[in-house]
Amino acid sequence: MSDTIALDLIDENEHVPDSFIKEFWNHFKLNKGAVAGLGLIIVFVLIALAAPLLAPYNPTFLQDNALRIPPIWAEGGTWSYPLGTDDVGRDILSRLIHGARISMGIGFAVVILSLTSGLFLGLFAGYYGGKVDRLIMRFIDIVMAFPSILLAITVVSVMGPGISNAIIAVAIVAIPNFTRIVRASVMAERKKQYVMASKTFGASNFRIMIFEILPNCLAPLIVQATLGFSDGILNAAALGFLGLGAQPPTPEWGTMLADARPFIESSPWMVTLPGLCILFSVLGFNLFGDGLRDALDPRLKK
Amino acid sequence: MLRFILGKFGDLIPTLIGISILSFVLVRLVPGDPVMLMLGERGADPALYEEMKRDMGLDLPMWKQYLNFATDAVQGDLGTSIVSKRPVVQEFFDRFPATLELGVVALIFAILVGIPLGIIAAVKRNSFYDYFLMGGSLLGYSMPIFWWGLVLILIFSVNLGWTPVSGRMTVMYYIEPWTGFMLIDTLTSEVRELDGLAPFWSALSHLILPAIAMGTIPLAVIARMTRSSMLEVLGEDYIRTAKAKGLSRFRTVAVHALRNALIPIVTIVGLMFGSIITGAILTETIFSWPGIGRWLVASINARDYPVIQGGVLFIATMIVLINVLVDLAYAVVNPKMRG
Repeated sequence: MSDTIALDLIDENEHVPDSFIKEFWNHFKLNKGAVAGLGLIIVFVLIALAAPLLAPYNPTFLQDNALRIPPIWAEGGTWSYPLGTDDVGRDILSRLIHGARISMGIGFAVVILSLTSGLFLGLFAGYYGGKVDRLIMRFIDIVMAFPSILLAITVVSVMGPGISNAIIAVAIVAIPNFTRIVRASVMAERKKQYVMASKTFGASNFRIMIFEILPNCLAPLIVQATLGFSDGILNAAALGFLGLGAQPPTPEWGTMLADARPFIESSPWMVTLPGLCILFSVLGFNLFGDGLRDALDPRLKK
Repeated sequence: MLRFILGKFGDLIPTLIGISILSFVLVRLVPGDPVMLMLGERGADPALYEEMKRDMGLDLPMWKQYLNFATDAVQGDLGTSIVSKRPVVQEFFDRFPATLELGVVALIFAILVGIPLGIIAAVKRNSFYDYFLMGGSLLGYSMPIFWWGLVLILIFSVNLGWTPVSGRMTVMYYIEPWTGFMLIDTLTSEVRELDGLAPFWSALSHLILPAIAMGTIPLAVIARMTRSSMLEVLGEDYIRTAKAKGLSRFRTVAVHALRNALIPIVTIVGLMFGSIITGAILTETIFSWPGIGRWLVASINARDYPVIQGGVLFIATMIVLINVLVDLAYAVVNPKMRG
């Protein structure tokens, strides 16, 4: 008798559904593009973290006798500078490696800033509704009426060019996306029974918003955060390219492109390489975000 | 329906007021003294300085300055550019056709290429073509267009020598602006009598690269949208009916499915105006295209306050108006949306 009970228990254990993470991964790994995106992200993050160890030279050091040396696959290339040097003799490989650090940092800072601001605006708008909602959404409508780059340029011209101001400008531009997503999920959740139940127990509004509602809106928020990373990198690089973001000699990819523009005919590698870095880091986050959306959105699951 | 339309436009008023306040405040926050910019060296004279300040209305309290700005703006007066000393509205309309022409050609390119690619991906769902096209569209969507423009110049202008590097027209020809669209103005009878079709081809060759650069992201968005919209429609009953009737596969897809799949695509294209302007700012900077994007960037660098303020207000207002028109068009097509 006792044997059968034990067997029953084992049997039941076997039917325990997969943990959320495992279920997510099983779904996610089917999407080859998303896995490739995750791979790209990991590579860029690792390069960013280990930049000083990986870079053969100081990214701002000027090698006197090595101006505009082509990369190794072009005629005249040398292994001392595998990706060539720029117009003042800086090693491009080292600059790109340090650029990964800057761009990943920018992406991270932009997401944190816009996510937290958008999160609170969206929580308040969705939870309280009425006047609060109308006021916040009006503000969001106004921000959205400005083309993202135009608003970012204007904000930077107010605060002055530089990396930190570019981050703030790009983050402001990204706030509406987060706000709208959070607001929509909160509005769907707030009438549900578990929220009512916490209210009856006397939980404060703040507690309900953060600990009850928020965890149930996480999926779309995570997807948006991933896509926010790529927008952040792209917009900050655009500002750098326009001379309003990171300032020379900072090895930021967009700034490097702006520096390289006059040499497009004589030294095309100075233009192509930083752009490829921007393209592939942005692509990585977009691929990953796309895959996350498919894996996290229950409506799309088979 | 009339009430719905009026309601939509009524909703606009507070947004427009907000936009005007935001553009007013942003510009006031820009460091630097506009009076000094206007006067230059002569600003050292305190009497002249005060007089200029009064003329520009900058001695008034903030709220009065805003009211003046808003009343003037409603009457179509956005002030005078500090750099060119010409009215901002006039400057805007001098340059707007260039941006519009570029944007329209870019969108046509995006639509003509994006929709067929989306259809192919949907019809050949989960095939090699589908993965290839959707991978490609994500690549296009991730494209830093300021770099993409440079790469196009590198390939087609520098290496192949097929297209000019920058500008809108070869300096050899002077084209009297008529519509402001080079492609049309170069075809007037006077121009053709004088130079034949050469100016038209010059205009076209100047236009191609920036249009491709600017159209790449819209193309990617349209292709993805077309694919998902087509997939939805292809699963509908009436498609099965069309197939059962024995219609050819091409007719089923191109006529029956596409017609219904187009609605969300049209909406997306309508809402793309904002990103077209964003694209214009970067594309025009790269190709030295004489449109509003490059003008705004130059004005910001020159701290030309009235131009920034007026230009930003103008563009934001246009975007909001277009969004409402898209909403309305959508409501006309889809009665379920009339809330």
